[in-house]
Amino acid sequence: MLRFKRQVLDEREMDRVLDRITHQILERSGGVENLVVIGIRTRGVPLAKRLVQKLEAVEEREVPFGILDINLYRDDLSLASAQPVIRTTDVPFDINGKVVVLVDDVLFTGRTVRSALDALIDLGRPRAIQLAVLVDRGHRELPISADFVGKEVPTAKNEVVKVCLAEIDGQDAVNLMERC
Amino acid sequence: MSLLIKNALVIDPITNLDRVLLDIYIEDQQIVQIAPRIEEIPGMEVYDAHGLWAAPGLVDIHVHLRQPGREDKETVRTGTLAAAAGGFAAVACMPNTHPVLDGETVLGFLQQVIQQDAVVDVYPIGAISKGLQGEELAELTEMAKAGVRAFSDDGHCVNDGFLMRQALEYAKMLDVPLICHAEDAKLADGGVMHEGYWSTVLGLPPISPVAEEAIIARDLLLAEKIGARLHIAHVSTAGSVDLLRWGKARGIRVTGEVTPHHLTLTDEAVSTFDTNTKVNPPLRSIEDVQAVRRGLADGTIDCIASDHAPHTREEKEQEYIHAPFGLIGLETTVPVVMSELVGRGHLAPLRAVEALSTKPASILGLEPFSIAPGRIANITLIDPNLEKTVKPDEFYSKSCNTPFADKRLKGWPKALIYHGQIIMRDGVVGD
Amino acid sequence: MGLRGKDLLGLQPLTPEEIQLILETAKPCKQILTRAVKKTPALRGKVVANLFYEPSTRTRNSFEMAAKAMSADVINVAVAQSSVQKGESLLDTAKTLCALGTDVIILRHYAAGSSTFLAREVDVSVINAGDGWHEHPTQALLDLFTIQEHKKQIEGLRVLIIGDILHSRVARSNIWGLSKLGADVFIAGPPTLIPADIGKLGVKVVYDLDKFLPSMDVVNLLRVQKERHHRVAFPSIRDYVSTFGLHRERLDFLRDDCLILHPGPTNLGVELSPVVADDPRAVITEQVTNGVAVRMALLYLLLAGGRIDEPVD
Repeated sequence: MLRFKRQVLDEREMDRVLDRITHQILERSGGVENLVVIGIRTRGVPLAKRLVQKLEAVEEREVPFGILDINLYRDDLSLASAQPVIRTTDVPFDINGKVVVLVDDVLFTGRTVRSALDALIDLGRPRAIQLAVLVDRGHRELPISADFVGKEVPTAKNEVVKVCLAEIDGQDAVNLMERC
Repeated sequence: MSLLIKNALVIDPITNLDRVLLDIYIEDQQIVQIAPRIEEIPGMEVYDAHGLWAAPGLVDIHVHLRQPGREDKETVRTGTLAAAAGGFAAVACMPNTHPVLDGETVLGFLQQVIQQDAVVDVYPIGAISKGLQGEELAELTEMAKAGVRAFSDDGHCVNDGFLMRQALEYAKMLDVPLICHAEDAKLADGGVMHEGYWSTVLGLPPISPVAEEAIIARDLLLAEKIGARLHIAHVSTAGSVDLLRWGKARGIRVTGEVTPHHLTLTDEAVSTFDTNTKVNPPLRSIEDVQAVRRGLADGTIDCIASDHAPHTREEKEQEYIHAPFGLIGLETTVPVVMSELVGRGHLAPLRAVEALSTKPASILGLEPFSIAPGRIANITLIDPNLEKTVKPDEFYSKSCNTPFADKRLKGWPKALIYHGQIIMRDGVVGD
Repeated sequence: MGLRGKDLLGLQPLTPEEIQLILETAKPCKQILTRAVKKTPALRGKVVANLFYEPSTRTRNSFEMAAKAMSADVINVAVAQSSVQKGESLLDTAKTLCALGTDVIILRHYAAGSSTFLAREVDVSVINAGDGWHEHPTQALLDLFTIQEHKKQIEGLRVLIIGDILHSRVARSNIWGLSKLGADVFIAGPPTLIPADIGKLGVKVVYDLDKFLPSMDVVNLLRVQKERHHRVAFPSIRDYVSTFGLHRERLDFLRDDCLILHPGPTNLGVELSPVVADDPRAVITEQVTNGVAVRMALLYLLLAGGRIDEPVD
């Protein structure tokens, strides 16, 4: 059972955050030459799409966009936890030599990103991989950090960061929930 | 040695008693008196049969005792212990032993074993053909003279129509019945279960019901022409029942038997691939089961016989297509019949007793047992209310290949009086 | 979500939802097969044992490829060489495999019910790779996957299965799978090879191919099983070909969008003539690739993680 604690980002704040990340990406890479954006299923995908739209608007050129399912690369498949549903990966371009901006909604233990790195490397050899997340909630279990962070939200172990996106949940918001 | 059985509900087709409350007084090996109240005298053994049905000793005319040759599966001793535990005072055993019972030599051996080891009456059935090969007649006359009361190639069908004709001609002269195992080898085509929806779903080689019916039709016509007595073993299909009915209506001297499993289980039971459902003839469709039930109830099928066919655990624990056909039944016949037929109103108690005692005896040419003064004291006491789970590991039979394992059944044999002695009490056989 | 049991013994026991889950899961698995790196670490450390009592390079290789693509290890028990020849029973062989650390046994056997029996006796997962005439679920699953890839959905499709239905585990599994997903199933073949009461499984039996072929969406050709008969069931090969063979002239009766499937290996000149194999409507080679994908999906669903209904994201 999850109980609402407080809102971390509202609709407008989320949009501003994404604008800022867009410019940070452009500043770091000096443009979108050689850049591709790949969203991690599930909520990383609409976020990645929005970033792509914003990048394309600024640079006035197309940015390749892909979708990554990381479930076949999870490190907890042999445990007696739930069996994730595996979906298709859709990266319809060559990632060799490219700068890949990986996008996810929440960075927590870092295990999802580790799986995504393994999945990407089986797809090709990027020049660099950068990580963009909407929220960093701490409690890393692996030495992983994000290059672009929307908001840092220190959390307790029994709290959950719930990201709602219009494309999936009907509204844009980031809420802090509590398990009880 | 005197024994007084009190308060029994006597069921006897010979004297036409249907659950009449009576006392039975037995002296030495004979029934001396039956009456509503017989006075107890000191020195008498008294058995209170309150609530129990008393039937004339049950008779199973289709049993495989496996001796000589496969004593690992069963012997005359273990088989007759199983019979006694199941409430049977007499059994007839089939000749498909190793060597086959097709002449004096093997018969002599078996009769000796019976003398030494059997705890109930055993009547050997002789083979129709030498070595059960289906080619030449066995020593029919010799065996009949030595006491054999019926012939059968059971386990095999006499596929050669001409040989069957010759055998029937001998049977007529010797005035013994031929017991027909109806299974046309070519039509059966190596199948392992009934041909129908379930054989199609399970992908198991099928046996057409016509394999049974075609032979019955053939043998009925031969028996009619020749005037011999014919008994159809393990009738299992609706078509077979119709043929029996037709045959009797025409005055053909034919009788039939049905097994407890064919009266209660359908081919759907095979869907678990449990080889304790593999039997010949196979378990049939629900329509066939209903037809044989009706046939038994209306007398078209004369009697019940278990076709007790022991097999070792290793043999049965094989792929379905490889496992041998056969199920044991001596220790489950009464509870299955009581529980699933009598108890559910499909079979009247008097008719059940007729099917389990009176008719089998007369088919074999024996005087049927009866609970009447002057008759031999073979009495089966059945508790119609006793509920127990079938536990094959506790059987007297050496084998445990039964499809009724772990079933809870109601109506069990409580005691068996054999030649005036209580040789079975509460499922325990003690001589 | 997930498969309910620990085994895959046939399509008869599965729900339509379970069948769809396997087909959906096979999609990302197929993607792995078309990349340069044909591997994912999903089943690393798991052991898959192929126990084949009947010869089959095709199915066994397919399972082996599927296991390796998921990074599992594979043991192939070659029946002719192992102690099975010395009379070791199926159960004993399986128990040895379990003791060696096997996580799943893939069993192909000539006796119907053998995988059912095995699944009851061992704790590891058992996949039926074909048991006598009974079922060959992975073949039917790859057939369904192939059809679904082309036709988007199975429901309402008219599918005709042609051949020796009586002895065919591929036919039985396909009939279950197609019916459960809502297809209209027809079968055709020599009358001596049509099993009893097959209509009760919801299929329609036809004999006039030329009349029915034009209305079919999918045609699945079964191999004429010479090995499984002890008795010849039709007058001659010529008779079979002219009545039930998909030969050159019959191809014209098929619609342009009709799919032609065959479980392989093909008897060229019997159930189909060589020109059919090259026809654009024939998807026989795709079936092979899809077979690996479907088997990968199955291994994933049976071996990965627990089987608890919890959203994981």
